[in-house]
This record gives sequence, C-alpha cells and structure tokens, in this order.
Amino acid sequence: MDVILFLLFAIIAVVCAINVVVQTHPISSALSLVGVMGSLAVLYLLLGAEFIAAAQLIVYAGAIMVLFIFVIMLLNAGAEGKRGRSFMASLLGVPLLVALLGLLAYFVQRVFPTARVHFGGFKGGSPRDVGLALFTTYLLPFEITSLLILIAIIGAVVLARKEMD
Amino acid sequence: MGEVPISWYLTLSAILFVLGVAGFVFRRSIITVFMSIELMLNAVNLSFIAFSYQHQQVNGHLFAFFVMVVAAAEAAVGLAIILTVFKNRQTLNIDDISSMKD
Repeated sequence: MDVILFLLFAIIAVVCAINVVVQTHPISSALSLVGVMGSLAVLYLLLGAEFIAAAQLIVYAGAIMVLFIFVIMLLNAGAEGKRGRSFMASLLGVPLLVALLGLLAYFVQRVFPTARVHFGGFKGGSPRDVGLALFTTYLLPFEITSLLILIAIIGAVVLARKEMD
Repeated sequence: MGEVPISWYLTLSAILFVLGVAGFVFRRSIITVFMSIELMLNAVNLSFIAFSYQHQQVNGHLFAFFVMVVAAAEAAVGLAIILTVFKNRQTLNIDDISSMKD
C-alpha cells in the first residue's frame, strides 16, 4: 500500500513538474505547480509530517499560488515567444542537468542503501510536537521570522504602490 | 504493509530539483522562472522531511516550516518587483530586462 501510494503521487508530482517546465503559458505552469504541491503534501503525510502537510496545502497551494495567479491575471501574461532560445544552452544544459541528477541519485543510493519508510513509523510530526519545538528550541528564529515578514510586507507595499503625481 | 526505501524519496526530491533548475535556466518568462524557484524550494523541503523521518527527529519539520515562511516572503517581494518591472518596461521576457548587463 505504501509503495502504491508513493509511486502514484511521485509520478503525479514528476509529470506536473515536467508540465511546469514545458508549458508555454504561465497559467498552465501555475496550475501544474499546484499539482506538484498537492502531491508533495500527500508524501509529507506518508512521512509522518502532518503539520507540514497542512501548512504546505494552506501556505503554498493556497496563498502563494493565488498570489502568482493573481499577478498573471493582472499583467495579462500571454504565452512566451519562441525567440531567444539559444541552441548552445540546450546542447550543454541538458547533459549537465542529467549528470547532476545522476550524481545526486548515485550518492543518495550510496549513503542510504537500507533505510526504509513505512506509514506511521514516525509519530513526532503532529502540530503539538512541532509547536513545542517551535516555541522552545527555535523561539529566536521564530521571532526573527515575524520581523522578516514585516519587512517583506513593507517592501511589497513600497514596490507596488501607485506613483503619486 | 509495504515499505518504501528512503532513497526513493530523496531521488524524487533530486528529480524535482533538477526540473526546477531546468525551468530556471531554459524558460524566458520571468513569472515561470519565479515558479521554478518555488519548485526547487519544494524539492528541498521534501529532503528535509525525509531526513527528519530517517533521524526520528522533528527538527527537519521546523526547517521546512522556515523555508515555507521565507518562500512566502520571497513570493510577496518578488511579485511586487515583477509588477514594477512590467510597469516600467512593458515586458515579461527576461532577455529584454538586461540593463545591468549592458
């Protein structure tokens, strides 16, 4: 059952990620990205990360992607043109990316040859445990995060405000 | 109950990361480039959660949480920058936004 669920959602994630890269229209890319994030949330659940799975759906698939789609609508972004794609870039880039993927996969297999995941094998990912760690060990980073978000809000407002005449 | 090797999760994370890099390098629309960055951040989050399972500790979840928060802040500021660039240049093609290079 675990293997079936993993393979199903891994394949959905990879197909949607390929779709993000190959679609020419930004809206199609954005909707495919929502598919990636949704299937990743299911994989987080399989790994016992209940809080992060919920946060993934609410923050990423909910808030951030709505922001993206809102900006795409606002700018009326159409399909991108074909021009400017350098032949050299695909000639060198694709083999280098495949080499990077091969290296990463090789070292992952080397370092973790036997470790296995089964559903329910890790019970420390509930909101209670995450909150406990967040407000004890990671209290200072958490508070600094609020400062970061304040700065980001002010920056976004300053950047996107209407010019005064 | 079947068991999934943890290297499968990490390999999936590597595949998503490489696809994000490909989108970042090959795409020309500034919005899609930005979405590829989000894809890379998601791939790294999956690694964090998998390592958290491997070590039976909650710390990886906290890192993933902070990555999410930073990604939200980054999306807000980045999309504001895209709006400003579009207002000034009337283009979303990154090849046309090269005044720092010239």
